Amino acid sequence: MDAIIIENVSKSYGEALAVADVSLSIRVGELFGLIGPDGAGKTTLFKILVTLLLPDAGRATVVGRDVVRDYKDLRQRVGYMPGRFSLYPDLSVQENLAFFATVFGTTIRQNYHLIQEIYSQLEPFKNRRAGQLSGGMKQKLALCCALIHKPEVLFLDEPTTGVDAVSRKEFWDMLRKLNERGLTTLVSTPYMDEADRCDRIAFMQTGRVLAVDQPSVITNRFRKPLFAVRAADTYRLIQDLRQAPFTESCYSFGEFLHLTVRSGGVTDLQIGQYLLDKNHRNIEIQPIQPGIEDTFMALMNQPEPTA
Amino acid sequence: MGKAVITNQLTKKFGDFVATNAITFDVEQGEIFGFLGANGAGKTTAMRMLCGLLKPSSGQASVAGFDVYRQSEKIKQNIGYMSQRFSLYEDLTVRENIRFYGGIYGLRRAEIPAKTDQILAKLGIESVANSLVAALPLGWKQKLAFSVALLHEPKIVFLDEPTGGVDPITRRQFWDLIYEAAHQGTTVFVTTHYMDEAEYCNRVSIMVDGRMKALDTPAGLKTAYGVDSMDAVFQILARGTSTK
Amino acid sequence: MNRFIAFVKKEFFHILRDRRMLLILFGLPLVQVLLFGFALTNEIKNARIAILDNDKSQHSQQITAKLLASGYFQLRENLRSNTDIERAFRRGLIKLAVVFPAGFTADFEHGRNAQIQLLADATEQNTAISLTNYASAIIRDYTTDLNPTSQPPMVIDVRSRMVFNPELKGAFVFVPGVMAMVLLLVSALMTSVTIARERETGTLEVLMVSPLSQGQILLGKVVPYLLLSFLNGCIIIALGVFALNVPLNGSLALLLAETLLFIFLALSIGIFISSVVETQLVAMFASLMAMLLPTIFLSGFIFPIESMPKPLQIVSNIIPAKYFIAIVKGIMIKGAGLRYLWQPTLVLVGMSLFFTVLSLRNLKPRLS
Repeated sequence: MDAIIIENVSKSYGEALAVADVSLSIRVGELFGLIGPDGAGKTTLFKILVTLLLPDAGRATVVGRDVVRDYKDLRQRVGYMPGRFSLYPDLSVQENLAFFATVFGTTIRQNYHLIQEIYSQLEPFKNRRAGQLSGGMKQKLALCCALIHKPEVLFLDEPTTGVDAVSRKEFWDMLRKLNERGLTTLVSTPYMDEADRCDRIAFMQTGRVLAVDQPSVITNRFRKPLFAVRAADTYRLIQDLRQAPFTESCYSFGEFLHLTVRSGGVTDLQIGQYLLDKNHRNIEIQPIQPGIEDTFMALMNQPEPTA
Repeated sequence: MGKAVITNQLTKKFGDFVATNAITFDVEQGEIFGFLGANGAGKTTAMRMLCGLLKPSSGQASVAGFDVYRQSEKIKQNIGYMSQRFSLYEDLTVRENIRFYGGIYGLRRAEIPAKTDQILAKLGIESVANSLVAALPLGWKQKLAFSVALLHEPKIVFLDEPTGGVDPITRRQFWDLIYEAAHQGTTVFVTTHYMDEAEYCNRVSIMVDGRMKALDTPAGLKTAYGVDSMDAVFQILARGTSTK
Repeated sequence: MNRFIAFVKKEFFHILRDRRMLLILFGLPLVQVLLFGFALTNEIKNARIAILDNDKSQHSQQITAKLLASGYFQLRENLRSNTDIERAFRRGLIKLAVVFPAGFTADFEHGRNAQIQLLADATEQNTAISLTNYASAIIRDYTTDLNPTSQPPMVIDVRSRMVFNPELKGAFVFVPGVMAMVLLLVSALMTSVTIARERETGTLEVLMVSPLSQGQILLGKVVPYLLLSFLNGCIIIALGVFALNVPLNGSLALLLAETLLFIFLALSIGIFISSVVETQLVAMFASLMAMLLPTIFLSGFIFPIESMPKPLQIVSNIIPAKYFIAIVKGIMIKGAGLRYLWQPTLVLVGMSLFFTVLSLRNLKPRLS
């Protein structure tokens, strides 16, 4: 049986529909990513799964327990790290961890093996107040606090938001190690480049799931030809390509522009000629395979299913 | 065309802690200058000194031709600033926010309505001109905040993580605005955690532990470190410092 | 039990590490009591007066001496004519003028209607009333001392008669008021703010997704403040008794029990507020607006309830502090027991039950 099963769950706040008819299943032992921008409904969905909110419609189970009916039982079994690292800034690293351990009826000593690898990095600062830690360290401490009671499923809501690229990478390395020990983990993130670190991902946008699959498979849904284009004057290049008759969309991607064309018939030579006519210099054009972000953007631009 | 920012051995200490350690760099007028670094590397401190909000401990710096020690008021009049927390009033409408900031930045009363219409048209948000800012999607707020920071046509605009949390398309639309501003001669000084955004900058600096470890074009940095992305450059430079 | 102790310990860490919190908790009561007790009393000391003695007799000089010996008055000047009086008032030199008319002694000794005129600067209404009251009382004393047997021949109509607080001692009125205010502030404001803070930092979410029940979370948050508030109450009582010489005529045990009851009520209001607000700031404003201001203005603490407009008098009935102040005054000054105080006590019990039930009903195992 799957670790998390979500069936047609909806939730709105007044007029605003936060989660719209979402169905997903997350397998035992999976590292599953919920990927989408702010306001996509990720946090609301998380809160429903950790029994903090009631869904308006639909049902969901976590490790076989209903999130509405069996909420008390479930609360013993999940680890939850909300959006902002929920620590007590005026308590020390050690005091925070000890407090959360006691709340969950355990001790640091009893479950130290679960967090040892992460906590060892924090140990030199164990008497420092949590409020004075750097973003990356807070993130690690919050993770320790969520792990200390040996949860069966770990829910991490945007654990890497506002954290620098190095700390983010280290954090994902930690999640992968935890996952290798069999911990089912659901992570949400607005960073598309983190999708590759997950076993499977779900794209979310305005309360809906746009697609669910393995990161490598999901990019196959991108059907139109894609080119990476570069020239000396990037600003003028964007303007000109967007006005080109063959262009479906054109966005900056790192040092290149990613150009999606309307039909398969357009070749890089035609594009090159068009740009030469517009007096561009140092033109570079190559057909490329779409990445996660290309796919997400393409899916976003699809007309929404009629409500 | 002079330099938009000139710093020489710019340093800020808080007690024994050296937040920004003798950084020296120039930013050209009209350049998009990426200011990267891990959390706590000293970016915010440096940016505050350049904006005239914090007095340096030592070293020199001038912004838009004004000295950070003696002319911080002049600097404030000649720069725009937008932080990740925006600067808009959530409980005012879009129009009221523009009018308010127009007044703050000394725009003439008669200019403001035209400016307002111009911004609304450019962002395509005429329909929400009289809605409260609180009701706007995050991406719209960010674009509006950027436009407001440019209201008084500053020589240089400082953007502190301007694109956090929005979808990839909105993020790129925001960068379109940055390109446009730079194209019109405004210097853009920007911090970000998105490494692909670092590639959009003309030049990128990377701060590590208060020092400026690298400064070059994205292509130059990638060649120098023999890697194929700015993310890789960042990982090499900033590694080992995040656990300090 | 282990969890509960850990929770309380954590709460004490929060309080002890926050200097502002400590200051509010322990500095505030001290400052309030001393401020209200010493500085802001409506008690009068050394008010500057002027004497216009047109009689220049032994009686007039003795009365003057008695007035000045009381400690309430200080002689600013001796006047020569009625026009001097006006001048002295205009220049704000004096608060009160005492005028002995010519022929005062003659009238006095012949049992005729002897008059002394008291003129008070009524721009400060309360002071003026107090001053004339004091002066009339002292003058009346003089006549009774002089002729203990006979009818007082001087006709000075002294209408006001002060019971329990013949000298209008400010501390008697203010100590119970300050106690009510500080206890409300510490208990209600602090609890509501601290719960709102957990909501803001997101730690409340984590606690909710733990085996702890909502009731346990609340209890853990409230118990430290119950202890601290009680300690505070004791400090204020001690300050009142030892520093401000407020009598403690009734039972100390009863006083402490009533204090505990009031703290319990304040805490339940605090929890109620925290259950309906989201942020620390709102919690703070809600507590201040809903509790502190009414306590100051409508409980009879500063303005007598009897002199309020009728609608406000009705509103004052729902102010918890009104009952607590009445109880504390009753116990400390009048020495009353529960036999006389059961009514306000019952009201406090009722209010506590009301807010406790309301808060418990608001307890949901989930957000929103």
